[in-house]
Amino acid sequence: MKNKIMNFWKYRFLLSNLIGRDLKVKYRRSKLGVMWSVLNPLLMMLVMTAVFSAFFSFDIPNYPVYLLSGQLLFTFFNDSTSAAMGSVLFSASLIKKVYVPKYIFPLEKSCFSFINMLFSMVALLFIMVITGAPFYASIVAATIPLFTMFLFCMGVGLFLSAGAVYFRDVMHFWSVIIMALNYATPIFYPETIWQGTFMAYVGRINPLYWYVSTFRDCVINGVFPSTLQITLCCAFAAIAVVVGAYVFNKSQDNFILHI
Amino acid sequence: MEPIISVKNVGMRFNLASEKVDNLKEYFIKLTKNSLKFEEFWALDDVSIDVMPGDFYGLVGLNGSGKSTLLKTIAGVLKPTKGSVTVRGTIAPLIELGAGFDMDLTARENIYLNGAVLGFSKKFMDEHFQEIVDFSELHNFLDVPLKNYSSGMVARIAFAIATVTDPDILIADEVLAVGDYTFQQKCEKRMKELIDNGTTVIFVSHSIEQVKSLCNKATWLEHGKVVMTGAAEEVCNEYMSRY
Repeated sequence: MKNKIMNFWKYRFLLSNLIGRDLKVKYRRSKLGVMWSVLNPLLMMLVMTAVFSAFFSFDIPNYPVYLLSGQLLFTFFNDSTSAAMGSVLFSASLIKKVYVPKYIFPLEKSCFSFINMLFSMVALLFIMVITGAPFYASIVAATIPLFTMFLFCMGVGLFLSAGAVYFRDVMHFWSVIIMALNYATPIFYPETIWQGTFMAYVGRINPLYWYVSTFRDCVINGVFPSTLQITLCCAFAAIAVVVGAYVFNKSQDNFILHI
Repeated sequence: MEPIISVKNVGMRFNLASEKVDNLKEYFIKLTKNSLKFEEFWALDDVSIDVMPGDFYGLVGLNGSGKSTLLKTIAGVLKPTKGSVTVRGTIAPLIELGAGFDMDLTARENIYLNGAVLGFSKKFMDEHFQEIVDFSELHNFLDVPLKNYSSGMVARIAFAIATVTDPDILIADEVLAVGDYTFQQKCEKRMKELIDNGTTVIFVSHSIEQVKSLCNKATWLEHGKVVMTGAAEEVCNEYMSRY
Protein backbone atom coordinates (compact mmCIF):
# COMPACT_ATOMS: atom_id res chain seq x y z
CA MET A 1 0.00 0.00 0.00
CA LYS A 2 2.80 2.39 0.93
CA ASN A 3 4.55 1.51 -2.32
CA LYS A 4 1.40 2.29 -4.26
CA ILE A 5 1.13 5.72 -2.71
CA MET A 6 4.80 6.40 -3.39
CA ASN A 7 4.29 5.28 -6.96
CA PHE A 8 1.30 7.55 -7.37
CA TRP A 9 3.31 10.45 -6.03
CA LYS A 10 6.03 9.70 -8.57
CA TYR A 11 3.54 9.79 -11.43
CA ARG A 12 1.58 12.88 -10.35
CA PHE A 13 3.41 14.86 -13.00
CA LEU A 14 2.04 12.45 -15.60
CA LEU A 15 -1.46 13.02 -14.27
CA SER A 16 -1.17 16.79 -14.54
CA ASN A 17 0.42 16.47 -17.97
CA LEU A 18 -2.39 14.29 -19.29
CA ILE A 19 -4.99 16.71 -17.95
CA GLY A 20 -3.11 19.56 -19.62
CA ARG A 21 -3.01 17.63 -22.86
CA ASP A 22 -6.74 16.98 -22.79
CA LEU A 23 -7.46 20.65 -22.16
CA LYS A 24 -5.20 21.72 -25.01
CA VAL A 25 -6.55 19.17 -27.45
CA LYS A 26 -10.17 19.87 -26.53
CA TYR A 27 -10.00 23.58 -27.22
CA ARG A 28 -7.41 23.55 -29.96
CA ARG A 29 -8.27 25.88 -32.81
CA SER A 30 -11.48 27.11 -31.27
CA LYS A 31 -11.53 30.89 -31.01
CA LEU A 32 -13.38 30.97 -27.71
CA GLY A 33 -11.36 28.14 -26.20
CA VAL A 34 -12.17 27.36 -22.62
CA MET A 35 -15.07 29.84 -22.77
CA TRP A 36 -17.00 26.99 -24.33
CA SER A 37 -17.10 25.24 -20.98
CA VAL A 38 -19.27 28.13 -19.82
CA LEU A 39 -21.07 28.85 -23.05
CA ASN A 40 -22.04 25.29 -23.84
CA PRO A 41 -24.12 24.59 -20.71
CA LEU A 42 -25.55 28.10 -20.95
CA LEU A 43 -26.82 27.55 -24.48
CA MET A 44 -28.10 24.07 -23.66
CA MET A 45 -29.91 25.51 -20.70
CA LEU A 46 -31.54 28.17 -22.89
CA VAL A 47 -32.81 25.56 -25.30
CA MET A 48 -34.14 23.32 -22.57
CA THR A 49 -35.71 26.21 -20.73
CA ALA A 50 -37.49 27.21 -23.90
CA VAL A 51 -38.79 23.69 -24.30
CA PHE A 52 -39.65 22.70 -20.72
CA SER A 53 -40.33 25.83 -18.71
CA ALA A 54 -43.93 25.89 -19.97
CA PHE A 55 -44.50 22.47 -18.35
CA PHE A 56 -42.64 22.80 -15.11
CA SER A 57 -42.12 26.43 -14.22
CA PHE A 58 -45.28 26.61 -12.07
CA ASP A 59 -43.64 24.22 -9.62
CA ILE A 60 -40.19 25.72 -9.68
CA PRO A 61 -39.65 29.37 -8.81
CA ASN A 62 -36.39 29.86 -10.71
CA TYR A 63 -36.45 27.32 -13.50
CA PRO A 64 -33.19 28.32 -15.29
CA VAL A 65 -31.13 27.95 -12.09
CA TYR A 66 -32.91 24.72 -11.15
CA LEU A 67 -32.29 23.24 -14.58
CA LEU A 68 -28.71 24.40 -14.92
CA SER A 69 -27.65 23.12 -11.49
CA GLY A 70 -28.97 19.65 -12.24
CA GLN A 71 -27.68 19.64 -15.76
CA LEU A 72 -24.11 20.61 -14.78
CA LEU A 73 -23.87 17.74 -12.36
CA PHE A 74 -25.37 15.25 -14.73
CA THR A 75 -23.11 16.35 -17.57
CA PHE A 76 -20.17 15.83 -15.25
CA PHE A 77 -21.35 12.32 -14.46
CA ASN A 78 -21.87 11.54 -18.13
CA ASP A 79 -18.59 13.05 -19.33
CA SER A 80 -16.39 11.58 -16.63
CA THR A 81 -17.75 8.03 -16.73
CA SER A 82 -17.96 7.85 -20.51
CA ALA A 83 -14.44 9.20 -20.97
CA ALA A 84 -13.00 7.03 -18.21
CA MET A 85 -14.65 3.96 -19.73
CA GLY A 86 -12.64 4.11 -22.94
CA SER A 87 -9.51 5.54 -21.36
CA VAL A 88 -7.62 2.28 -20.88
CA LEU A 89 -8.50 1.05 -24.35
CA PHE A 90 -7.47 4.30 -26.00
CA SER A 91 -4.17 4.28 -24.15
CA ALA A 92 -3.41 0.79 -25.41
CA SER A 93 -0.39 1.89 -27.40
CA LEU A 94 1.13 3.41 -24.29
CA ILE A 95 0.29 0.56 -21.95
CA LYS A 96 1.87 -1.93 -24.31
CA LYS A 97 5.13 -0.06 -24.46
CA VAL A 98 6.07 1.41 -21.12
CA TYR A 99 5.21 0.81 -17.50
CA VAL A 100 2.79 3.39 -16.14
CA PRO A 101 0.26 2.82 -13.37
CA LYS A 102 -2.83 2.02 -15.40
CA TYR A 103 -5.37 3.64 -13.10
CA ILE A 104 -3.83 6.97 -14.11
CA PHE A 105 -5.93 6.92 -17.28
CA PRO A 106 -9.46 6.63 -15.84
CA LEU A 107 -8.41 8.84 -12.93
CA GLU A 108 -7.21 11.50 -15.32
CA LYS A 109 -10.53 11.53 -17.16
CA SER A 110 -12.43 11.97 -13.90
CA CYS A 111 -10.18 14.87 -12.91
CA PHE A 112 -10.41 16.44 -16.34
CA SER A 113 -14.22 16.31 -16.34
CA PHE A 114 -14.31 17.66 -12.82
CA ILE A 115 -12.15 20.64 -13.76
CA ASN A 116 -14.38 21.21 -16.75
CA MET A 117 -17.43 21.23 -14.51
CA LEU A 118 -15.80 23.76 -12.20
CA PHE A 119 -15.32 26.05 -15.20
CA SER A 120 -18.95 25.51 -16.10
CA MET A 121 -20.02 26.56 -12.61
CA VAL A 122 -19.30 30.10 -13.79
CA ALA A 123 -22.38 29.75 -15.99
CA LEU A 124 -24.48 28.86 -12.96
CA LEU A 125 -23.21 31.83 -10.94
CA PHE A 126 -23.83 34.05 -13.95
CA ILE A 127 -27.42 32.92 -14.30
CA MET A 128 -27.99 33.27 -10.57
CA VAL A 129 -26.87 36.88 -10.74
CA ILE A 130 -28.92 37.60 -13.87
CA THR A 131 -32.12 36.13 -12.44
CA GLY A 132 -31.58 37.79 -9.09
CA ALA A 133 -31.42 34.51 -7.20
CA PRO A 134 -30.38 34.92 -3.55
CA PHE A 135 -26.96 33.71 -2.42
CA TYR A 136 -27.01 31.78 0.83
CA ALA A 137 -24.17 30.94 3.18
CA SER A 138 -24.96 27.28 2.58
CA ILE A 139 -23.46 27.57 -0.91
CA VAL A 140 -20.12 26.81 0.75
CA ALA A 141 -21.46 23.40 1.76
CA ALA A 142 -22.03 22.58 -1.91
CA THR A 143 -18.44 21.36 -1.88
CA ILE A 144 -19.66 18.27 0.01
CA PRO A 145 -21.94 16.87 -2.73
CA LEU A 146 -19.44 17.99 -5.38
CA PHE A 147 -16.47 16.27 -3.83
CA THR A 148 -18.29 13.06 -2.92
CA MET A 149 -19.77 12.98 -6.40
CA PHE A 150 -16.27 13.27 -7.84
CA LEU A 151 -15.25 10.20 -5.86
CA PHE A 152 -18.40 8.41 -6.96
CA CYS A 153 -17.69 9.13 -10.63
CA MET A 154 -14.09 8.08 -10.18
CA GLY A 155 -15.15 4.71 -8.77
CA VAL A 156 -17.69 4.13 -11.53
CA GLY A 157 -15.06 5.16 -14.09
CA LEU A 158 -12.52 2.66 -12.74
CA PHE A 159 -15.10 -0.10 -12.87
CA LEU A 160 -16.22 0.74 -16.40
CA SER A 161 -12.72 1.15 -17.79
CA ALA A 162 -11.77 -2.33 -16.58
CA GLY A 163 -15.04 -3.78 -17.84
CA ALA A 164 -14.68 -2.25 -21.29
CA VAL A 165 -11.30 -3.92 -21.75
CA TYR A 166 -12.88 -7.36 -21.48
CA PHE A 167 -16.24 -6.67 -23.04
CA ARG A 168 -16.66 -3.86 -25.52
CA ASP A 169 -20.40 -4.26 -24.99
CA VAL A 170 -20.06 -2.19 -21.87
CA MET A 171 -19.49 0.86 -24.02
CA HIS A 172 -22.71 0.38 -25.96
CA PHE A 173 -24.72 -0.51 -22.93
CA TRP A 174 -23.54 2.42 -20.88
CA SER A 175 -25.11 4.98 -23.20
CA VAL A 176 -28.49 3.35 -22.51
CA ILE A 177 -27.88 3.48 -18.77
CA ILE A 178 -26.93 7.14 -19.06
CA MET A 179 -30.15 7.91 -20.86
CA ALA A 180 -32.20 6.02 -18.28
CA LEU A 181 -30.48 7.89 -15.45
CA ASN A 182 -31.04 11.17 -17.22
CA TYR A 183 -34.78 10.61 -17.08
CA ALA A 184 -34.75 8.99 -13.65
CA THR A 185 -33.06 11.97 -12.03
CA PRO A 186 -35.03 15.16 -11.44
CA ILE A 187 -32.96 17.39 -13.68
CA PHE A 188 -35.41 19.22 -15.89
CA TYR A 189 -38.56 18.24 -13.99
CA PRO A 190 -39.46 18.80 -10.33
CA GLU A 191 -39.37 15.90 -7.92
CA THR A 192 -43.05 16.49 -7.20
CA ILE A 193 -44.13 14.81 -10.45
CA TRP A 194 -43.05 11.50 -8.94
CA GLN A 195 -45.99 11.63 -6.53
CA GLY A 196 -48.35 8.72 -7.01
CA THR A 197 -46.07 6.84 -9.39
CA PHE A 198 -43.68 3.98 -8.70
CA MET A 199 -40.84 6.49 -8.99
CA ALA A 200 -41.85 7.82 -5.58
CA TYR A 201 -40.50 4.54 -4.21
CA VAL A 202 -37.57 3.68 -6.44
CA GLY A 203 -36.40 7.14 -7.48
CA ARG A 204 -34.38 7.63 -4.37
CA ILE A 205 -32.26 4.54 -4.89
CA ASN A 206 -30.48 6.47 -7.60
CA PRO A 207 -27.22 7.96 -6.20
CA LEU A 208 -27.41 10.84 -8.66
CA TYR A 209 -30.70 11.89 -7.09
CA TRP A 210 -28.88 12.46 -3.81
CA TYR A 211 -25.96 14.36 -5.28
CA VAL A 212 -28.22 16.62 -7.34
CA SER A 213 -30.77 17.28 -4.62
CA THR A 214 -28.12 17.92 -1.96
CA PHE A 215 -26.34 20.30 -4.28
CA ARG A 216 -29.58 22.17 -5.00
CA ASP A 217 -30.40 22.40 -1.30
CA CYS A 218 -27.06 24.07 -0.68
CA VAL A 219 -27.11 26.43 -3.65
CA ILE A 220 -30.77 27.21 -4.36
CA ASN A 221 -32.72 26.48 -1.19
CA GLY A 222 -30.19 27.79 1.29
CA VAL A 223 -30.33 24.64 3.37
CA PHE A 224 -27.27 22.97 4.81
CA PRO A 225 -27.15 19.26 3.96
CA SER A 226 -28.81 16.96 6.46
CA THR A 227 -27.02 14.10 8.17
CA LEU A 228 -28.90 11.68 5.96
CA GLN A 229 -27.79 13.49 2.82
CA ILE A 230 -24.15 13.64 3.89
CA THR A 231 -24.16 10.00 4.94
CA LEU A 232 -25.67 8.81 1.67
CA CYS A 233 -23.40 11.00 -0.48
CA CYS A 234 -20.35 9.60 1.31
CA ALA A 235 -21.67 6.04 1.30
CA PHE A 236 -22.33 5.95 -2.44
CA ALA A 237 -18.89 7.44 -3.07
CA ALA A 238 -17.21 4.92 -0.77
CA ILE A 239 -18.99 1.95 -2.34
CA ALA A 240 -18.15 3.09 -5.86
CA VAL A 241 -14.49 3.69 -5.06
CA VAL A 242 -14.02 0.42 -3.19
CA VAL A 243 -15.76 -1.71 -5.82
CA GLY A 244 -14.15 0.16 -8.72
CA ALA A 245 -10.65 0.01 -7.26
CA TYR A 246 -11.04 -3.66 -6.35
CA VAL A 247 -12.23 -4.73 -9.80
CA PHE A 248 -9.62 -2.60 -11.53
CA ASN A 249 -6.80 -3.85 -9.37
CA LYS A 250 -7.82 -7.49 -9.80
CA SER A 251 -8.00 -7.31 -13.56
CA GLN A 252 -5.29 -4.85 -14.54
CA ASP A 253 -2.48 -7.36 -14.98
CA ASN A 254 -4.38 -9.01 -17.79
CA PHE A 255 -5.34 -5.81 -19.59
CA ILE A 256 -2.39 -6.08 -21.89
CA LEU A 257 -3.65 -9.38 -23.28
CA HIS A 258 -6.98 -7.87 -24.28
CA ILE A 259 -6.20 -4.42 -25.61
CA MET B 1 27.76 -9.15 -5.50
CA GLU B 2 23.98 -9.06 -5.93
CA PRO B 3 22.62 -9.26 -9.43
CA ILE B 4 21.04 -5.99 -10.54
CA ILE B 5 18.37 -7.88 -12.43
CA SER B 6 17.36 -11.34 -11.45
CA VAL B 7 14.81 -13.20 -13.47
CA LYS B 8 13.71 -16.38 -11.73
CA ASN B 9 11.77 -19.17 -13.43
CA VAL B 10 9.69 -16.71 -15.36
CA GLY B 11 6.81 -18.01 -17.45
CA MET B 12 4.61 -15.79 -19.54
CA ARG B 13 1.39 -17.25 -20.87
CA PHE B 14 -0.74 -15.83 -23.61
CA ASN B 15 -4.15 -17.08 -24.57
CA LEU B 16 -4.24 -17.72 -28.24
CA ALA B 17 -7.99 -17.68 -28.67
CA SER B 18 -8.72 -19.15 -32.07
CA GLU B 19 -11.42 -16.52 -32.46
CA LYS B 20 -11.23 -13.48 -30.35
CA VAL B 21 -14.20 -13.27 -28.00
CA ASP B 22 -14.65 -9.74 -26.85
CA ASN B 23 -18.35 -9.29 -26.53
CA LEU B 24 -20.74 -10.64 -23.99
CA LYS B 25 -23.11 -12.36 -26.37
CA GLU B 26 -20.42 -14.52 -27.89
CA TYR B 27 -18.95 -15.13 -24.48
CA PHE B 28 -22.18 -16.52 -23.09
CA ILE B 29 -22.99 -18.53 -26.17
CA LYS B 30 -19.57 -20.12 -26.01
CA LEU B 31 -19.82 -20.55 -22.28
CA THR B 32 -23.10 -22.44 -22.52
CA LYS B 33 -21.83 -24.54 -25.37
CA ASN B 34 -18.76 -25.13 -23.28
CA SER B 35 -16.56 -24.26 -26.19
CA LEU B 36 -14.76 -21.41 -24.50
CA LYS B 37 -11.34 -22.88 -24.91
CA PHE B 38 -8.15 -20.99 -25.13
CA GLU B 39 -5.10 -22.36 -26.70
CA GLU B 40 -2.30 -21.68 -24.31
CA PHE B 41 0.94 -20.34 -25.54
CA TRP B 42 3.97 -19.87 -23.38
CA ALA B 43 6.00 -17.00 -24.77
CA LEU B 44 8.47 -17.55 -21.95
CA ASP B 45 8.91 -20.85 -20.18
CA ASP B 46 10.99 -21.20 -17.05
CA VAL B 47 13.48 -18.51 -17.98
CA SER B 48 16.09 -17.56 -15.43
CA ILE B 49 18.88 -15.08 -15.95
CA ASP B 50 21.01 -12.98 -13.63
CA VAL B 51 22.50 -9.74 -14.78
CA MET B 52 25.34 -8.30 -12.73
CA PRO B 53 25.99 -4.59 -12.35
CA GLY B 54 28.17 -3.36 -15.19
CA ASP B 55 27.28 -6.22 -17.52
CA PHE B 56 26.64 -5.68 -21.17
CA TYR B 57 24.17 -8.46 -21.60
CA GLY B 58 23.10 -9.72 -25.00
CA LEU B 59 19.95 -11.63 -25.93
CA VAL B 60 20.01 -13.61 -29.13
CA GLY B 61 17.42 -15.77 -30.82
CA LEU B 62 15.18 -15.96 -33.84
CA ASN B 63 12.03 -13.92 -34.32
CA GLY B 64 9.38 -14.99 -31.86
CA SER B 65 11.83 -16.61 -29.48
CA GLY B 66 10.67 -14.39 -26.60
CA LYS B 67 13.41 -11.75 -26.51
CA SER B 68 11.09 -8.76 -26.54
CA THR B 69 8.69 -10.43 -24.11
CA LEU B 70 11.56 -10.95 -21.71
CA LEU B 71 12.59 -7.30 -22.03
CA LYS B 72 9.02 -6.22 -21.39
CA THR B 73 8.75 -8.28 -18.23
CA ILE B 74 12.00 -6.72 -17.01
CA ALA B 75 10.74 -3.24 -17.85
CA GLY B 76 7.53 -3.91 -15.92
CA VAL B 77 5.22 -3.64 -18.91
CA LEU B 78 4.19 -7.27 -18.64
CA LYS B 79 3.64 -9.07 -15.40
CA PRO B 80 4.91 -12.65 -15.60
CA THR B 81 2.37 -15.43 -15.19
CA LYS B 82 4.85 -17.43 -13.14
CA GLY B 83 8.11 -16.70 -11.42
CA SER B 84 9.51 -13.36 -10.40
CA VAL B 85 11.54 -10.50 -11.76
CA THR B 86 13.56 -8.40 -9.34
CA VAL B 87 15.17 -5.19 -10.53
CA ARG B 88 17.44 -3.17 -8.27
CA GLY B 89 17.75 0.21 -9.87
CA THR B 90 16.23 2.61 -12.35
CA ILE B 91 15.51 1.53 -15.88
CA ALA B 92 15.63 3.54 -19.08
CA PRO B 93 13.62 1.49 -21.54
CA LEU B 94 14.60 2.03 -25.13
CA ILE B 95 12.14 -0.60 -26.23
CA GLU B 96 9.70 1.51 -28.13
CA LEU B 97 10.80 5.07 -28.39
CA GLY B 98 8.34 7.90 -28.10
CA ALA B 99 5.58 6.04 -26.32
CA GLY B 100 2.87 8.51 -25.43
CA PHE B 101 3.72 11.15 -27.96
CA ASP B 102 0.63 13.04 -29.00
CA MET B 103 0.96 14.09 -32.60
CA ASP B 104 -1.34 17.09 -32.13
CA LEU B 105 0.85 18.66 -29.49
CA THR B 106 4.04 20.58 -30.13
CA ALA B 107 7.49 19.17 -29.55
CA ARG B 108 7.87 21.26 -26.40
CA GLU B 109 4.66 19.84 -24.93
CA ASN B 110 5.57 16.34 -26.00
CA ILE B 111 8.95 16.46 -24.31
CA TYR B 112 7.20 17.12 -21.00
CA LEU B 113 4.50 14.55 -21.70
CA ASN B 114 6.94 11.80 -22.62
CA GLY B 115 9.13 12.67 -19.65
CA ALA B 116 6.09 12.27 -17.43
CA VAL B 117 5.30 8.92 -19.01
CA LEU B 118 8.80 7.77 -18.13
CA GLY B 119 8.17 8.81 -14.54
CA PHE B 120 10.28 11.97 -14.39
CA SER B 121 9.21 14.87 -12.21
CA LYS B 122 8.44 18.38 -13.42
CA LYS B 123 11.54 19.75 -11.73
CA PHE B 124 13.72 17.18 -13.43
CA MET B 125 12.26 18.00 -16.82
CA ASP B 126 12.71 21.73 -16.29
CA GLU B 127 16.33 21.17 -15.46
CA HIS B 128 17.05 18.91 -18.41
CA PHE B 129 14.83 20.49 -21.03
CA GLN B 130 17.66 22.39 -22.69
CA GLU B 131 19.86 19.32 -22.68
CA ILE B 132 17.20 17.34 -24.54
CA VAL B 133 16.70 20.10 -27.08
CA ASP B 134 20.43 20.43 -27.64
CA PHE B 135 20.88 16.73 -28.09
CA SER B 136 18.05 16.37 -30.57
CA GLU B 137 19.12 19.53 -32.46
CA LEU B 138 15.57 20.70 -33.04
CA HIS B 139 15.79 24.24 -31.69
CA ASN B 140 13.86 25.85 -34.52
CA PHE B 141 10.96 23.43 -34.46
CA LEU B 142 10.05 23.37 -30.80
CA ASP B 143 6.62 24.89 -31.26
CA VAL B 144 5.61 22.90 -34.29
CA PRO B 145 3.05 20.11 -33.82
CA LEU B 146 4.72 16.74 -33.92
CA LYS B 147 2.60 15.53 -36.83
CA ASN B 148 4.59 17.86 -39.08
CA TYR B 149 7.84 16.18 -38.10
CA SER B 150 9.61 13.51 -40.06
CA SER B 151 9.90 10.13 -38.37
CA GLY B 152 13.64 10.62 -37.97
CA MET B 153 13.08 13.85 -36.10
CA VAL B 154 10.55 12.20 -33.80
CA ALA B 155 13.00 9.42 -33.05
CA ARG B 156 15.68 11.95 -32.17
CA ILE B 157 13.56 13.59 -29.52
CA ALA B 158 12.48 10.23 -28.17
CA PHE B 159 16.05 9.02 -27.83
CA ALA B 160 17.11 12.27 -26.22
CA ILE B 161 14.37 12.05 -23.59
CA ALA B 162 14.88 8.39 -22.82
CA THR B 163 18.61 8.76 -22.21
CA VAL B 164 18.57 12.05 -20.35
CA THR B 165 18.80 10.27 -17.01
CA ASP B 166 21.78 8.33 -15.83
CA PRO B 167 19.87 5.11 -15.44
CA ASP B 168 21.24 2.07 -13.66
CA ILE B 169 19.94 -0.14 -16.44
CA LEU B 170 19.48 0.53 -20.10
CA ILE B 171 17.23 -1.77 -22.10
CA ALA B 172 17.96 -1.48 -25.79
CA ASP B 173 15.90 -3.33 -28.37
CA GLU B 174 17.55 -2.57 -31.68
CA VAL B 175 16.84 1.10 -31.41
CA LEU B 176 20.05 2.36 -32.84
CA ALA B 177 18.75 2.17 -36.35
CA VAL B 178 17.10 5.58 -36.13
CA GLY B 179 17.97 8.86 -37.72
CA ASP B 180 20.69 9.65 -40.17
CA TYR B 181 24.30 8.54 -39.96
CA THR B 182 25.56 11.42 -37.83
CA PHE B 183 22.72 11.00 -35.38
CA GLN B 184 23.38 7.28 -35.10
CA GLN B 185 26.95 8.04 -34.23
CA LYS B 186 25.72 10.45 -31.60
CA CYS B 187 23.42 7.81 -30.13
CA GLU B 188 26.24 5.30 -29.96
CA LYS B 189 28.45 7.85 -28.28
CA ARG B 190 25.77 8.57 -25.69
CA MET B 191 25.33 4.85 -25.02
CA LYS B 192 29.08 4.48 -24.57
CA GLU B 193 29.06 7.36 -22.10
CA LEU B 194 26.35 5.69 -20.08
CA ILE B 195 28.22 2.41 -20.07
CA ASP B 196 31.42 4.08 -18.97
CA ASN B 197 29.48 5.57 -16.08
CA GLY B 198 28.64 2.04 -14.97
CA THR B 199 25.21 1.54 -16.52
CA THR B 200 24.19 -2.04 -17.05
CA VAL B 201 22.87 -2.75 -20.51
CA ILE B 202 20.56 -5.40 -21.85
CA PHE B 203 20.79 -5.53 -25.56
CA VAL B 204 18.79 -7.33 -28.22
CA SER B 205 20.09 -7.56 -31.71
CA HIS B 206 19.90 -9.76 -34.74
CA SER B 207 23.40 -8.79 -35.66
CA ILE B 208 25.52 -11.49 -34.04
CA GLU B 209 28.67 -9.54 -34.81
CA GLN B 210 27.36 -6.61 -32.81
CA VAL B 211 26.51 -8.80 -29.85
CA LYS B 212 29.91 -10.46 -30.01
CA SER B 213 31.81 -7.20 -30.09
CA LEU B 214 29.73 -5.30 -27.51
CA CYS B 215 28.54 -7.83 -24.95
CA ASN B 216 30.39 -9.76 -22.29
CA LYS B 217 27.55 -12.14 -21.49
CA ALA B 218 24.70 -13.49 -23.53
CA THR B 219 21.66 -15.71 -23.39
CA TRP B 220 20.25 -17.60 -26.33
CA LEU B 221 16.49 -18.04 -26.34
CA GLU B 222 14.46 -20.39 -28.46
CA HIS B 223 10.69 -20.86 -28.29
CA GLY B 224 10.64 -19.11 -24.95
CA LYS B 225 13.24 -21.36 -23.39
CA VAL B 226 16.84 -20.67 -22.53
CA VAL B 227 19.10 -22.74 -24.73
CA MET B 228 22.37 -21.45 -23.42
CA THR B 229 23.78 -18.77 -21.15
CA GLY B 230 27.41 -17.82 -20.87
CA ALA B 231 30.18 -15.65 -22.25
CA ALA B 232 28.96 -13.76 -25.29
CA GLU B 233 31.67 -15.17 -27.52
CA GLU B 234 30.76 -18.80 -26.78
CA VAL B 235 27.03 -18.32 -27.00
CA CYS B 236 27.34 -16.51 -30.31
CA ASN B 237 29.62 -19.13 -31.79
CA GLU B 238 27.27 -21.89 -30.75
CA TYR B 239 24.29 -19.96 -32.09
CA MET B 240 26.04 -19.34 -35.41
CA SER B 241 27.02 -22.96 -35.81
CA ARG B 242 23.37 -23.96 -35.40
CA TYR B 243 22.07 -21.79 -38.19
